[in-house]
Amino acid sequence: MSTLEIRDLQVAVEDKEILRGVNLTVKAGQTHAIMGPNGSGKSTLAYAIAGHPKYTITGGQVLLDGVDLLELSVDERARAGLFLAMQYPVEVPGVSVSNFLRSAVTAVRGEAPKLREFAKDLKGGMDALSIDPAFAQRNLNEGFSGGEKKRHEILQMELLKPKIAVLDETDSGLDVDALRVVSEGINRFRASGETGVLLITHYTRILRYVKPDFVHVFAAGRIVEQGGPELAEKLEAEGYEQYTKASA
Amino acid sequence: MGLNEKPLSTLHEKSSFDLADFEVPTGREEAWRFTPLSRLKGLHNGKAEAVGHVRVDVDAAPEVTVETVGRDDARVGKSFVPTDRVSAQAWNTFEKATVITVPREAVTSKPTVLTLTGSGDGASYGHIVVKVEPLAEAVLVLDHKGSAVYADNIEFVVGEGANLKVVSVQDWADDAVHVSHHHAQLAKDATFRSFVVTLGGDLVRLSPSVAYTAPGGDADMSGVYFVDAGQHLEHRLLVDHSQPNCKSNVDYRGALQGEDAHAVWIGDVIIRVEAEGTDTYELNRNLILTDGARADSVPNLEILTGEVAGAGHASASGRLDDEHIFYLQARGIPYDEARRLVVRGFLGQLIEKIQIEEIRERIMSAVEAELAR
Ligand SMILES: Nc1ncnc2c1ncn2[C@@H]1O[C@H](COP(=O)(O)OP(=O)(O)OP(=O)(O)O)[C@@H](O)[C@H]1O
Ligand SMILES: [Mg+2]
Repeated sequence: MSTLEIRDLQVAVEDKEILRGVNLTVKAGQTHAIMGPNGSGKSTLAYAIAGHPKYTITGGQVLLDGVDLLELSVDERARAGLFLAMQYPVEVPGVSVSNFLRSAVTAVRGEAPKLREFAKDLKGGMDALSIDPAFAQRNLNEGFSGGEKKRHEILQMELLKPKIAVLDETDSGLDVDALRVVSEGINRFRASGETGVLLITHYTRILRYVKPDFVHVFAAGRIVEQGGPELAEKLEAEGYEQYTKASA
Repeated sequence: MGLNEKPLSTLHEKSSFDLADFEVPTGREEAWRFTPLSRLKGLHNGKAEAVGHVRVDVDAAPEVTVETVGRDDARVGKSFVPTDRVSAQAWNTFEKATVITVPREAVTSKPTVLTLTGSGDGASYGHIVVKVEPLAEAVLVLDHKGSAVYADNIEFVVGEGANLKVVSVQDWADDAVHVSHHHAQLAKDATFRSFVVTLGGDLVRLSPSVAYTAPGGDADMSGVYFVDAGQHLEHRLLVDHSQPNCKSNVDYRGALQGEDAHAVWIGDVIIRVEAEGTDTYELNRNLILTDGARADSVPNLEILTGEVAGAGHASASGRLDDEHIFYLQARGIPYDEARRLVVRGFLGQLIEKIQIEEIRERIMSAVEAELAR
């Protein structure tokens, strides 16, 4: 059973301190939601765990099953079983979705998938997320709508089968149908009970489909409160004001 | 007019078959300022004696005729006049020319492949004439390999309503020096497609040009290059719109990596007073993969008429995008492979334009091989 352990994580961007000691443990079978105001550092947490070069770790540890992820390169972290669904997936010109996915699956599994098997998995994955098969030939994220990009992030997660998935506002910009389709994808991923999910969101509507076990309130670069699903309802009703005031 | 003090049109004015009309370049001339003359091994100053050999093997489509002719053949030197010293040197020094003729209305059943192989035994000079008679269609591949110090002129004479597609691959050995001029001349309603791939050689300076003799001509000139450490790969394009209602499109892309990898791209387009209704666009993009590599990219557009259908140019040189690499790595793809995917994608977008599958795959695999090195 996998565990992601974030210990007193401190992160700066261009000499500006953003994360000020984050502690959080996500175990396989658990879903943690992180909610918090704009600019509080949620994406910083996600990117720092994944190893984006823009973020400088100034203190703390991130352990996946005891291995310090911060010592690994970005691709090694992914191969170790970490997945980040990005808030703003990047457009990569000239690289087709199918070519990209095959390279990624090959890298993560350590061997090239059989062509026929891969085609079948891809088709199945796309069907389940209501993605037009024609997207396989398109350039990665290029010209995709916001919702299409998010569905592709979930498609990648399902194909790569990570141990821990960090989903950064995967629900933003989705219409009701897309939200349902994406939530079903996340639930399929959780169903085995062997994977953990860290879900960053602003809205409780996704939490109605994807029931969290824990809800954390993030403000000014750290977790300021934790609770069960009921905390999300309270946040939606009352907003973050009490936390932003307290941490300011 | 860009950096030039003189109008573009005057830079290409001087033309002559007489070598004495061209002074030995010093490197200060606009046309030579990017080229490391000391690495030309004497091709520019008369010191490169013609003692070497570049063998020309032709695998021709059954519809075309292939001849090897002497300097006095009536078909040689009819479509162009040299405009620089090396072109004039090649013209004055070559001994045998290869003449390929695609007869009127013939549609070739397969590409005609010319393989030019340098034997590494000294300088040599060449001349090729490709004559596509009216309404004929042909595909030509020029494959350059081996070791050579070589200067040549190639004439592409495209007749009325004819269609010529040329792919020229410069995949020379590391020490090769090649200065080449491709002269395309388009008759009424002729179509010309040129795809240049430059990968190997110490110094390659290739000058593809297009001239029109009547309205309705359509030229598309694309190219990809991959410059490694120490290489100088230079492409100098000239499209001279002197006839009304002709089209041209130029699109070159390059990737550079390593210390002193140097790419030069010059794109000169002249739209003369008579050339009303011209439609032209030229573009160059460079992807700089490492420190120490340099790309000089100079598009020049001179418009002398008030009536153009479209005219534009653009040039962009940039680094590999960190966000692209991060995204791919975040999916488990190791750095080197992520980089390869992005570069292949960058060049591949242009290569995909090639309609003939066999040739497209051939070029893609040449680029793949370069990337895998
Ligand atoms: N390159 C940068 N330079 C300076 N500050 C930065 C940079 N990148 C991010 N920040 C700052 O870091 C803080 C945290 O940003 P982050 O994107 O992590 O917030 P967030 O909680 O994800 O917000 P949102 O809900 O809007 O997505 C913000 O104040 C942001 O302006
Ligand atoms: Mg964010």
